Amino acid sequence: MEYILLAISCILINNILLAQFLGNCPFLGTSKKMETAVGMAMAVIFVLVLAGVFTWCVDTYLLKRFDLEFLRTLSFILVIASLVQFVEMFLKKSIPALYSGLGIFLPLITTNCAVMGACLINIKEEYDFMHTLVASFSYAAGFGLALILFAGIRERINLGRVPKPLADTSIGLVTAGMIALSFFAFKGMV
Amino acid sequence: MLSAILSMLGLGMVSSILLGVASRVFYVYEDPRIAEVESLTAGANCGGCGYAGCSAAAAAVVAGEAPPSVCIVGGPESAAAIAAVMGMDPGTAEPRVSENECTGGKRAANKYDYMGVPTCNAVAAMYGGRRQCPTGCLGYGDCIKVCMFGAIEMGKDGYPVVNQDKCVGCGACEAICPKNIIRVKTMSERLFEFNSIDGAHAPCTQTCPAQINIPKYINQIKNGDYEGAVNTIRERNPLLLACGRVCPHPCEDKCRRGVVDEAVSINQLKRFVADYEMNSGRRLPIPCAPSTGKRVAVIGGGPAGLSCAYFLRRVGHDVTIFDDNPELGGMIRYGIPEYRLPKKVLKWETDGILNMGIAHKPNMRLGRDFDLGSLVAAGYDAIFLGIGAWKDYALNIEGNDLDGVYTGISFLTRFAAWQQGVSNDPVPVGRKCVVIGGGNTAIDCVRTLVRLGAEEVSIVYRRTRNEMPANKVEIDAAEEEGVNLKYLFSPNRIIGDDNGRVVGLEVQEMELGEPDESGRRRPVPKEGAVQIMETDMVVLAIGQGPDVSFKEAEKGKRGGELAITKRETIDQVDPRTLQTNIPYVFTAGDAATGASLVVEAIGGGRRAARSIDLYLSGKPVTPPVNDLFKTHIPGSIFESVEGVTKKKRIEMPELDVATRIKSFDEVDQVISEDDAKKEADRCLFCCTTCYNRDDACKI
Ligand SMILES: Cc1cc2nc3c(=O)[nH]c(=O)nc-3n(C[C@H](O)[C@H](O)[C@H](O)COP(=O)(O)OP(=O)(O)OC[C@H]3O[C@@H](n4cnc5c(N)ncnc54)[C@H](O)[C@@H]3O)c2cc1C
Ligand code: SF4
Repeated sequence: MEYILLAISCILINNILLAQFLGNCPFLGTSKKMETAVGMAMAVIFVLVLAGVFTWCVDTYLLKRFDLEFLRTLSFILVIASLVQFVEMFLKKSIPALYSGLGIFLPLITTNCAVMGACLINIKEEYDFMHTLVASFSYAAGFGLALILFAGIRERINLGRVPKPLADTSIGLVTAGMIALSFFAFKGMV
Repeated sequence: MLSAILSMLGLGMVSSILLGVASRVFYVYEDPRIAEVESLTAGANCGGCGYAGCSAAAAAVVAGEAPPSVCIVGGPESAAAIAAVMGMDPGTAEPRVSENECTGGKRAANKYDYMGVPTCNAVAAMYGGRRQCPTGCLGYGDCIKVCMFGAIEMGKDGYPVVNQDKCVGCGACEAICPKNIIRVKTMSERLFEFNSIDGAHAPCTQTCPAQINIPKYINQIKNGDYEGAVNTIRERNPLLLACGRVCPHPCEDKCRRGVVDEAVSINQLKRFVADYEMNSGRRLPIPCAPSTGKRVAVIGGGPAGLSCAYFLRRVGHDVTIFDDNPELGGMIRYGIPEYRLPKKVLKWETDGILNMGIAHKPNMRLGRDFDLGSLVAAGYDAIFLGIGAWKDYALNIEGNDLDGVYTGISFLTRFAAWQQGVSNDPVPVGRKCVVIGGGNTAIDCVRTLVRLGAEEVSIVYRRTRNEMPANKVEIDAAEEEGVNLKYLFSPNRIIGDDNGRVVGLEVQEMELGEPDESGRRRPVPKEGAVQIMETDMVVLAIGQGPDVSFKEAEKGKRGGELAITKRETIDQVDPRTLQTNIPYVFTAGDAATGASLVVEAIGGGRRAARSIDLYLSGKPVTPPVNDLFKTHIPGSIFESVEGVTKKKRIEMPELDVATRIKSFDEVDQVISEDDAKKEADRCLFCCTTCYNRDDACKI
């Protein structure tokens, strides 16, 4: 039950894109087409779960133990970047089918603030290992949900009559704001 | 502090060792040029090139699918640098440009009134659009909105027009068009496109064996864009000067305007622009794709060989033409007489083709000077056989070996060679000449004999005028020039005197009986109606077929295996690919079809060139998909045409009979610019089912 609540809170209430406003560049960049949005969502889930778990281990067994918490940001960047590179190489060799699906998105999220942010939040909330796992997955799922919803809306917008000055990114941001507002309705649910 | 430094160092070490090991363990070979090319792109991952990011674009460049100029943000510097990596000239890869193929989407009637979101994709979602026409442009300009380079604009007539200078060929418009109308292609792809069953083609274009986009060039003439018209014709037919003069224009027989009053004078218009280019003194440039390094030997420099060589050269192959004769042109140089196609004009045209960088080896005869095996040994990757039909059919009647008896092709070619100064062996001309046969060859023989001063010239043909295979205008012209046409007579024997010279011809009168397998009524002899015609020269012009004697010389060698049909034409695996039973040998023209037309040979040459190109790039040689081959799109040929007022066609100016029979000057003259515009205005600019009505919006 606790995990379910945690998942709901991460996906809907504290949605990383719409409530925390992290990861905005892929949100606007890869939401023009449903296909790319789905690919990106999958890649984020994949990387975030791995990164969450890894950074938790690094934090618990290295930084905390030696009182080096002030190095957190620095070491997380290092860990996440190497991890993504490693995974990319691994997939390319061993699971080419998955690589061709996620391939071009993986490097794009190496230094993604949503990934980094979620990892830092996990630590800040002092989750244990299982909580970290669930939270990482849920944040990523929330990211995916918002991205796919948004892509769907943008595909519709493309068919509509948008005034010239508002076209493309501007209307995208306005729409994102409105979706965010609607997500605020979840506040206080848990 | 120390522990901080140590642990960061440790973490760094672990990661880098892990990555280092991983890069060994998980190593996948990738062309190093991809990384190099990628580093030369702008790195913006903007997707403007149409690929998923810079690395995908780089991979496409290395795979040869994208030009070095692929990165539009990087501009010319990036293109030059990438080209250097790839070892190419910058900009040599063929650019892809977009073109809207529909020019009249508004003409079809409405199925329903539409007031929804004004985008093509939205209206296409409702029963494929609001118009009756299934193939036409919807006209809301989704392509205009999607083009990041402002290369597409809405034309004044309500369909998008591509500005080809601004187009970078990214393909965004093609991807968004719900009707597959706006298409991004390279020049080579355009050159090897064939009419398709589900395409949008005017009746004339469907009928033309060379598949010229006729309404497009007529529209260009109407707008005064004569150079554009020449280029449009050259996409399908490199011999516009020759065709503009001698083509019997099957297109005009199916012209939709012909249902209302008279067909548009399509061929006159072609001749007008062709002459316009020649008389302007400036050859329009003919663009060619970058060299592919493949070599093709074209045997025979007639229309089929010239067309095949021209198209292969345009897509970048190296071509050499081997011909038995000293000059190019084949039957249109040595068969068709000077008064129909002046050799100066033909020379201008063939020179233009050679100027593209095609080599010509004259006086080289297959079977005498070389064989197929020697071409392969010389490094040619494919061979085209366009040796035409140069062997007269023999007429087995008594006296066909008498002095003063000639055969059609040998008479015409011998005379032409003498007239063009190639030989000094003139043909002695008789006083009273009789030509036997009813084809173009027979007519050209009589008209030549008239000009050579024969007192009396007759044609003996065993059926009636309606069955005569010669071009109708030619028969008319021969009649005007005083030729005596004897229909329904068949030769029995040729009579000679004691010295073996011809003195007469015995002919049998015929009447038409039951139709034979060709659908023509078979002539049967009329009892006892035999005449003797006084004559001192008989020309037997009863038809001709390919001369495949080169096979004798190649017995036991590769060329000896070439399959030949019963009619002695070169057999093909499929008439739509024109590949022979030897995979690297292709054929077209009279050699493949038996005696036919110039346009037929030109269309065949392009078809064979397409197959050769497929063969050279290692792809399977298959016919074009949905190929519209010798048929019409169902429902595109109308019984009646509404909403068009009658208007006479332009008359063709020609030399008057009295002057023309005294010389070999060209008989048919070119129409004036005014007349050309007037005639172009008669065109209905048809599509498969739509056309311009008087009241409807005109294109
Ligand atoms: C008298 C006459 C009048 C015609 N009038 C018309 C007309 O008005 N309109 C029309 O559309 N069509 C007309 N035709 C038909 C038209 O000329 C032919 O259909 C057309 O020329 C065929 O082109 P081709 O390239 O297949 O062959 P060809 O034009 O015959 O060319 C074959 C070439 O191959 C060369 N060659 C032959 N054998 C060898 C060999 N062994 N080795 C090397 N080279 C070789 C020849 O020298 C020649 O250059 C006419 C034909 C004749 C004979
Ligand atoms: S009217 Fe024009 S487009 Fe229509 S068939 Fe005749 S020439 Fe072709």
